[in-house]
Amino acid sequence: MDSGRSRREVRARRLPTAVKIVVAGGFGVGKTTMVGTVSETQPLRTEELLTDESVGVDDMAGVERKKTTTVAMDFGRITMRDDYVLYLFGTPGQERFWFMWDEVALGALGAVVLADTRRLSDCFPSVDYFERRSTPFVVAVNCFEGARSYELEEIQLALNLGPKVPVMLCDARELGSCKQVLIDLVLHAMKSRGVTETPQSV
Amino acid sequence: MMPPEEHPLDPWRDEPPPAVPAPRPPVQDPRLLDENAGPMVRPYVMTSGRIEPTRGRFDLITLVMAEGPEPEGAIGLGPEHLSIIRLCQSVLSVAEITGRLDLPVATVRVLLGDLFDKGFVSMQEPEPEADMHDIRLYKAVIDGLRAL
Repeated sequence: MDSGRSRREVRARRLPTAVKIVVAGGFGVGKTTMVGTVSETQPLRTEELLTDESVGVDDMAGVERKKTTTVAMDFGRITMRDDYVLYLFGTPGQERFWFMWDEVALGALGAVVLADTRRLSDCFPSVDYFERRSTPFVVAVNCFEGARSYELEEIQLALNLGPKVPVMLCDARELGSCKQVLIDLVLHAMKSRGVTETPQSV
Repeated sequence: MMPPEEHPLDPWRDEPPPAVPAPRPPVQDPRLLDENAGPMVRPYVMTSGRIEPTRGRFDLITLVMAEGPEPEGAIGLGPEHLSIIRLCQSVLSVAEITGRLDLPVATVRVLLGDLFDKGFVSMQEPEPEADMHDIRLYKAVIDGLRAL
């Protein structure tokens, strides 16, 4: 029995705070791979059950969609010192689950938009989404074998990104590569939120 | 089948009319739950038909920890409540509980609300986006990533 740990002792322990980073991009671009590469545990999957109750519309005439659907999201965990836990969420790939993105993106530290140069337009919706929400994001081009390599400037231009949005190459299967993307994202998020080394005087 | 004509009140155009709040079913005595219903229990049965937690927002990354070991013979707790207490002997997020128990998020939220209400778990909500100006948070995340 581990009841030697008394109730009071457990209560005295301060719970860590969780932060999350969203990994978005088109279907099959490597979101789940990236989440799995950096996650300390086997990535888990959460499912949201959708019923007609989720649709905020009272006039259902002609749209009798009383089906129940599930949306799956993959996510992984990285435990940090200093009382923080980082969670990585892969967004649901299908566009009809846009509304789920709000829940995932709410309170996110930032987002990684994964892109595949063979299907660059697949990441347009993600770029639009985070631009509209003002969520700090970086674009990481997953280097698939057989894909033509482009200059990063070309991709920046093709995606019509502002010069402030970092674009980088990555390999979603490589830990070192994913780490660098995430570190660059956190630095970018700090910069875009105006967080600097010197603490603001209150 | 519906004729493919233009509906003047197309509900998918512009903003939808205000949602009618779903009627809250009366909270039943949880002891009335049929515990021998087998594995094919529908999610709403586990929550006695409730769709919202009694307390707490329970974001996907809200962290939860049990306040003690699994209670024996606790009144008003179903098997899923007890599974959550067992899982949360170490700190877990709502998303992780959902994934481990293979239950929908909405169901887990209601069950967590019950447990929080009765003092069986404590929780830590994440920082709201507006409060993300703490340099320590960014430093901790960067250090943690470098240490991977």
